[in-house]
Amino acid sequence: MTDLNIVTLVSVGAHPTSGRARRAEQDARAVELGLRLAGEHLRVVHAGDPREEALRAYLGMGLPELTVLEQPAGADALPALADFLAEAGAQLVLTGSQAETGEGSGLLPYLLAERLGWPLVVGLAAVEKVEQGHAQVLQALPRGQRRRLKVRLPFLASVDNAAPVARQSAFGPARRGELQVEAVPALTDELFADAQLQPARPRPKRLKVIKAKTAADRFKAATAKASGDGGQVLRDLTPEAGAEAIFKLLVEEGVVR
Amino acid sequence: MTIIRRDPRAEWIARNRLHPLHGKLQQAEARWMGPNGLIRKNPHAVGFIGPNGIKRIDRSGAQQGGSARQRSAAVEAVQLPLHVVAQPAHYICVVPDMVGGRLSSHDKDLLGLARQLAGNDGAVLAVVFGEHKEGAFDTAGVDRLLLIQGEEYEGYAPEQRIQALAAVERQFAPRHWLLPDSRMGGAELGRRLAAKLGERPATRVWQVEGERCVGRAGAGREDLHRALPRLILAAAECAEPVGETRHEALPLSLDNSVARSLPRIEDLGPVAVDPAQIPMAEAEFILSGGNGVKNWDLFHQAAQALGATEGASRVAVDDGFMPRNRQVGATGTWVTARVYLAVGISGAIQHLQGIGACDKVVAINLDPGCDMIKRADLSVIGDSAAILQALIEKVSAWRQGGARDAA
Ligand SMILES: Cc1cc2nc3c(=O)[nH]c(=O)nc-3n(C[C@H](O)[C@H](O)[C@H](O)COP(=O)(O)OP(=O)(O)OC[C@H]3O[C@@H](n4cnc5c(N)ncnc54)[C@H](O)[C@@H]3O)c2cc1C
Repeated sequence: MTDLNIVTLVSVGAHPTSGRARRAEQDARAVELGLRLAGEHLRVVHAGDPREEALRAYLGMGLPELTVLEQPAGADALPALADFLAEAGAQLVLTGSQAETGEGSGLLPYLLAERLGWPLVVGLAAVEKVEQGHAQVLQALPRGQRRRLKVRLPFLASVDNAAPVARQSAFGPARRGELQVEAVPALTDELFADAQLQPARPRPKRLKVIKAKTAADRFKAATAKASGDGGQVLRDLTPEAGAEAIFKLLVEEGVVR
Repeated sequence: MTIIRRDPRAEWIARNRLHPLHGKLQQAEARWMGPNGLIRKNPHAVGFIGPNGIKRIDRSGAQQGGSARQRSAAVEAVQLPLHVVAQPAHYICVVPDMVGGRLSSHDKDLLGLARQLAGNDGAVLAVVFGEHKEGAFDTAGVDRLLLIQGEEYEGYAPEQRIQALAAVERQFAPRHWLLPDSRMGGAELGRRLAAKLGERPATRVWQVEGERCVGRAGAGREDLHRALPRLILAAAECAEPVGETRHEALPLSLDNSVARSLPRIEDLGPVAVDPAQIPMAEAEFILSGGNGVKNWDLFHQAAQALGATEGASRVAVDDGFMPRNRQVGATGTWVTARVYLAVGISGAIQHLQGIGACDKVVAINLDPGCDMIKRADLSVIGDSAAILQALIEKVSAWRQGGARDAA
C-alpha cells in the first residue's frame, strides 16, 4: 500500500438486461484498485445527482464517504471534475473506460487528461510500484497480454475488464457511508440538442456476397470448402528443416519472443 | 450484285473425310458466311477439351479456346478497374490498426466507409505507422498512403503518434478522420486524437447514412443517432469493404518533420504472461494437438518453449490427453488466434469451423492430402514428434542467442 493521493471517479451504471441503476462494473473495478492501493484514504467522486441510491453500492465496498459534485441530469461533468481534481492535489486518478448510460463514448479520461495536462494510461491492470515521482504500472493489452509502463505522477488511468474484480458491496457500510455533496456550476451538454438516444437496434448480419458473374463461378463459390487456395507445402524435409521453416514464420509473425 | 463463286472440287474434298487434303480445307473458324449468305456454324470447332478429356462448351464466353490457353487464363488474376484521383478535392484520413503489420478486416471495413465518404473527387489517405507487411493497399481502397516511420514511433508511443497525426491534420486538413473503435489500438488513438484536436467524435459508429450516423451508446442497450462529425470511431462491419475497384495507393510524405514530444509514458516492454492463463478464445498463438500427437509430454514441452497457449482436437480430448476446455472447434472454443499451429490434426470440418477466424495456420502432419493442409498457409509433412523436438531445440538455441546478444 502506498501513501499516494488517489481519486477514483465513478458513475451510475445500468444493469445490462433490466436497465436498473447499479454500480458501474468498470468503475467498481477502479474503486477496487484504488482500495488496494490506498485503503481508506481513497477518495471517490461522482458528478451528478446525490439522491441516486445506486451510489451507495460504492460505499458498501468499504468507503467511509463519497463526494458528489451536484449537477442536474444531462450536465457536462468535465469542467466540474477538472476543477475538483486540480484542487484536490490528486496524484493518481482512476476511472472506468466507458460509462454504461448516456453516450458512453469513453472520452472523459482523455479530455480530463488533456485539460489537466497529465499523462493517461489506458487499460491499467496493476500498479507495481511508485518511487521518485514515477509509477511503474502494468497495462492490459488485448489477448491477455500485459505491458510494463513507467509514467510520471500525477497521471490518469482508465481501467477495463482486465483490472481486479470488484469486491462485493455490503449493505451495512453502504447505509453508514456518507455522501458529501458539493454544489458546482452546471453546464449543459449541447450534444443532445441534435442527437437522440433510441433503444438499440440489432445490427444487420453481414451476408456473404458472392460476386460471381457466371453460373459456373456461383456453383464453385457455393460448393467450395471454406479453405484457402492452399499454402506452401513442404515435403521430404528433415525434421530440422521443417522446424526451421515453421520457426521462421513464428518469428516473422512476432508470436515467439 | 456479287457473284457467288463456288469451287466444287474443294467442297467435295471438304466433305470427304478420307481425302488427304481434307484437313487443310476445313473451316478454321466456328462461324462463317455460307455461299448463300447464310451464317454457318461448325459445332466441332467451338469449345475446348476439359481436364478430363471431354469436350466442354461454355456459352458464357468466359472460357474459349484450346485447353492450353484456358489454363493460363484461369491463373491470370482478374484486373479490377483502377480508380484514379488525380487532384483530390479533399481527403478522408484513415488510421488503420495494422494488427501484425496487415490490414485487419475491421480496417478494411473502415476503408470501405472512407471510400463512401470520399465520393468521386476525394481521396482516401491511409496513415500507417512503422513497418508493415501489407501488400494489398490498392485493392483495399487506399488512394494515398502516408508511411510514418522512425524509432520514436516504435513500441507504445501514443503521444508521439498523436503529434504525427496533428501534423497530418495541419498539412492535409482532412474532411473526416476515421479510426477503428477497436481494442487493438484504434480506440485509444482515436480518443487521444479527439482530445488533442478538440473534436467531439462519434464512437462505436455502425451505420453512416448521408449526413447522419448511428453508434452504440452506453453499455450497448441504446443507439445514438446524431449528425456525422469530423472524427468517426467506427465499429467493425460499419460498411462493406472495397471490392470492385483498384486504387493508386500513391505514397505521400509529410512536409515538415514532426516535433518530438518528451515521452511522459515510457514503454518498458511486454511482460511475460503465463500462456496457460490466457483464455483460449483470446489467445494470440495456439499450439494445438490432435490424434497425430503420440508424445504428449513433448507437446507440453513445445508449448512451453514456444510460449503458446495449448489447444486440442476433439479426439485428443476424448482420449483424455487434454482437458475438455481446451477443445477447439464446433463443440469447443472458437478461437481467434493470429497463428494456429496444428500438430497431427486432420482438419475435420467441425475442427476447421473453430479456426475460421485464425490468420495464419501452420500444419504438421504425415498425410499430405488431409484437409488441414488445404487450409494451412504453411504445412510441413513429417512426423510430429521429430518436428516438435527440432522446434524445441531451435527455440531454445534462439532464446539463448538472444540473451547473449542482449547481454
Ligand atoms: C457433432 C460433432 C462435433 C464435433 N466437434 C468437434 C470439435 O469441436 N472439435 C474437434 O476437433 N473435433 C470435433 N469433432 C470431431 C471431428 O469430426 C474429428 O473426428 C476430429 O476433429 C479429428 O481429430 P484429429 O484430427 O485429431 O484426429 P484424426 O482425424 O485421427 O487425425 C489425425 C491426423 O494426424 C496425422 N498423424 C498421425 N500420426 C502422425 C504423426 N506421427 N505425425 C504427424 N501427424 C500424424 C494423421 O495423418 C491425421 O491427419 C466433432 C464431431 C462430431 C460428429
